[in-house]
Amino acid sequence: MNMEPEYKPRKWRVLGTTPARRDGIDKVTGQAKFGDDVHLPDMLHGKVVRSPHPHARIKSIDISKAMAVPGVKAVITGADFPPLNQAVVAAGEGGSVSMQDIADNCIAKHTVFYDGHAVAAVAAENPHVAEEAAALVEVEYEILPFVQDVREAVKDGAVVLHEDFVPGAFLFPTQKALPNAGRLQLAVGDVEQGFKDADIVVEREYTTATVHQGYIESHITTCRWDSEDHLTVWTTTQGAFAIRDFLASILNMQLSNIRVIPMEIGGGFGGKDVVYLDPLAALLAKKTGRPVKMAMSRAEVLKATGPSSGIYAKVKIGCKKDGTLMAADLYLLFEAGAYPGGPIAPGALCALTRYQIPNVVIDGYDVMVNKPKIKPYRAPGATQSNFIVETVIDELAEKCGMDPIDFRLKNATVAGDVLIVGMPVPPIGTVEMLQAVKKHPHYTAPLGGPNRGRGVSYAFWFGAGLTSSCELHINADGTVNLATGSADLSGTRMTLAMQAAEALGVPLGDISSSVSDTDSIGYTFQSVGSRTTFATGYAIIKAAEIILDRMKQRVAMIWETDVANVDCTAEVAGIADFVDRNDPHRRMHFKEVAARMDETGGPISADFTANPHGVGFQIAANICDVEVDPETGKVQILRFTAFQDVGKAVHPDYVAGQMQGGVVQGLGWALNEEYWYNKEGRLANASLLDYRMPTSLDLPMIDTVILETPNPGHPFGIRGAGEVPIVPPPAAVANAIKNAVGVRMNRLPMSPGAVLEALWAKEGKPASVKVA
Amino acid sequence: MAKKTHVETTLNGDAREFLVEPRQSLLETLRDVLQLTGTKEGCNDGNCGACSVLMDGVLVNSCCVLGVEAQGRTVETIEGMGTTDNLHPLQQAFIEETGMQCGICTPGFLIASKALLQKTPNPTEDEVRLWLAGNLCRCTGYDKLVRAVLKASKAMEAA
Repeated sequence: MNMEPEYKPRKWRVLGTTPARRDGIDKVTGQAKFGDDVHLPDMLHGKVVRSPHPHARIKSIDISKAMAVPGVKAVITGADFPPLNQAVVAAGEGGSVSMQDIADNCIAKHTVFYDGHAVAAVAAENPHVAEEAAALVEVEYEILPFVQDVREAVKDGAVVLHEDFVPGAFLFPTQKALPNAGRLQLAVGDVEQGFKDADIVVEREYTTATVHQGYIESHITTCRWDSEDHLTVWTTTQGAFAIRDFLASILNMQLSNIRVIPMEIGGGFGGKDVVYLDPLAALLAKKTGRPVKMAMSRAEVLKATGPSSGIYAKVKIGCKKDGTLMAADLYLLFEAGAYPGGPIAPGALCALTRYQIPNVVIDGYDVMVNKPKIKPYRAPGATQSNFIVETVIDELAEKCGMDPIDFRLKNATVAGDVLIVGMPVPPIGTVEMLQAVKKHPHYTAPLGGPNRGRGVSYAFWFGAGLTSSCELHINADGTVNLATGSADLSGTRMTLAMQAAEALGVPLGDISSSVSDTDSIGYTFQSVGSRTTFATGYAIIKAAEIILDRMKQRVAMIWETDVANVDCTAEVAGIADFVDRNDPHRRMHFKEVAARMDETGGPISADFTANPHGVGFQIAANICDVEVDPETGKVQILRFTAFQDVGKAVHPDYVAGQMQGGVVQGLGWALNEEYWYNKEGRLANASLLDYRMPTSLDLPMIDTVILETPNPGHPFGIRGAGEVPIVPPPAAVANAIKNAVGVRMNRLPMSPGAVLEALWAKEGKPASVKVA
Repeated sequence: MAKKTHVETTLNGDAREFLVEPRQSLLETLRDVLQLTGTKEGCNDGNCGACSVLMDGVLVNSCCVLGVEAQGRTVETIEGMGTTDNLHPLQQAFIEETGMQCGICTPGFLIASKALLQKTPNPTEDEVRLWLAGNLCRCTGYDKLVRAVLKASKAMEAA
């Protein structure tokens, strides 16, 4: 990690304010254009044929009946795709993926690996005809045995998904270890001795459910293949360049022949930076010579896009009587789904990093099962591993007779500590945050009433840097056009414009901020890993410095002096005035320089491509009050306070929104959300009625406390903010349930049935209850 | 291809005629036949509320209504709620309170909120939460949405 400090303290003029977003009016009036709002002349509609089996060999596919339907223009299968031209490409958050796996996940060639795996696709005059024809594609399968539980999948003699596989890489590569799993081992110190030296040891087993990102907008793409063999794609994505790169590989095309135009995106959370429909729609467009739109139904989204891993874990942690943590041993089985590459590495790394523990062993497995290929979901892997560790930490605190925050404070990692992977911790307010939790009125407020409890938890996430490009163009009237390649998931056009305005010393209203397509901007990594405001912002600040330097040169030209004599006050005063060092009374305003661009050499613009490394990490903590109904097991969230250190809150309202949204997703994991597979291996709850995400009625207002310890790796001190808020809630809820009704939950979701089972295990089942 | 039916309706205050297949939902009719893409599809099975519209003043999921059912009825969509220059107080409040992130659910929430305020001009927080429970938002955690609706109700009362 680059520890060179980039951060320079300054007085803020724009950062920290809460202007209304410019795209807000488009969104409240229905004018914003999302993926499904693309309507091209002569457009066809595509529909995918999907496997009803969790594991089967494709023996034959007969498309003749489908082709005979009036209005059907083409049917494709895996056999229509060319050989791959690239084996591995970069994927989210520092990982890489096997292109063969991505291609096979888009359309099965020989074997289907999960209920919903695509096997063919139809293009027709309208979506209903396409759907009718898709039902007429006859696929003959040889049904194979399947495995959906990670514990079963790692056993000797388990059903094997792939004869051979490329081990997954996500932050760190795994090593092929078992027929169905890659392995990642991390260790420091002497764990055996550590446990001997501990006075108190807690050992627990856990399971968590497969969960989905649940974006409200389905996957949608429209592809046009023109006469010059150029492919244009209008799609909903977090990463237009990723879609381009995946398409080039799968379709065996050169990158310059594919233009991906990112539409407004209706939620992503890590699930929308990979191809599912795009290669199918592209090939159908090529085959028919007409544009093809494809959209997933909600059931298809749940069955056949990438959810996040359910896990099985064994956790053993020991401490001294005074609370000093001595040793930890984690055994983690994370679902990878049908292909390798689940979030085992970040799951393992984030499990314990917020605590200094001298002796640690983490034995992690990326386990393939007959479920869809896992995709990152907001701080991937961290929510699961936080739940299992934070509940044990809470139990240790209880056994030591210590306040749970005091226990965490005693063991908190601080700046300079070395993480298990050898990385030093950059400055971050770990202790300050935990102290803020303890001092907060919520922490000591009376709970009142029976079956009520309060729980806390504390969380860590790395964040990501990676590549971002931007362009700044100065207009003759002094206004500025800012273009980036970063998809705007939640208002980043505004937070990026705010950084541009701050850096250039111009009014925010003078900046027009837009997202460009892949033909119009330099390579930019996906809007994932809470990297957009951080990394794209970094690029903008650097581009702004170039702009101001160029303007200084123009001013020097006008004043007929050396450029070394021209200063700019943007940083000092927040307003870009150019001043003559030798004569402070001689000044020229930004707008005046812009107005005189033509006479001094023409337009002024700058681009910058950054790859900042100083992500600075993210931390968060929660206080959660619950009431448990002992009759039904239902858990009601009564009050919730979320704490987070964001370095510098560019737009505090948006930061609070990220915190609240992340918390509520975490509460969904905690209480309701899970994939239910029936005994045939089919997803039984593939609708938003049965895949139960939180509604407004399930929740109270979510209070937020924003802390600001500047990130030394960013000129404005910014850290990513979008991921860590999802991490602590499940553990906070579990710890609150313990304090409410005395049971320690060891599984997610903690649905009414799960809580009731735990209560019955503790207190015995009421005689009046008969279970069939 | 199914035979199309001629439908006459009042859409956002204007008389409209269109041809629609009997199997096409009102959502599909609005978006694909009439090119009014402000109404959004989230689940297409009545569970997320993204496609909310008012039909004869009643809140419905347009994915669960057929286009032919618009015959002789009034339909109000997000396109009829307010204009860029003259936003509805709810639209104004959603912007001011940052009551959106990605914005795909926003039109549905606005229509549902409008229906609530027509019925209950001064709702409590609990009433807002109960009424909006048929609309899913995955980004905001609902906090700022609920605040926006409460703020709009006060603004409309004062107006």
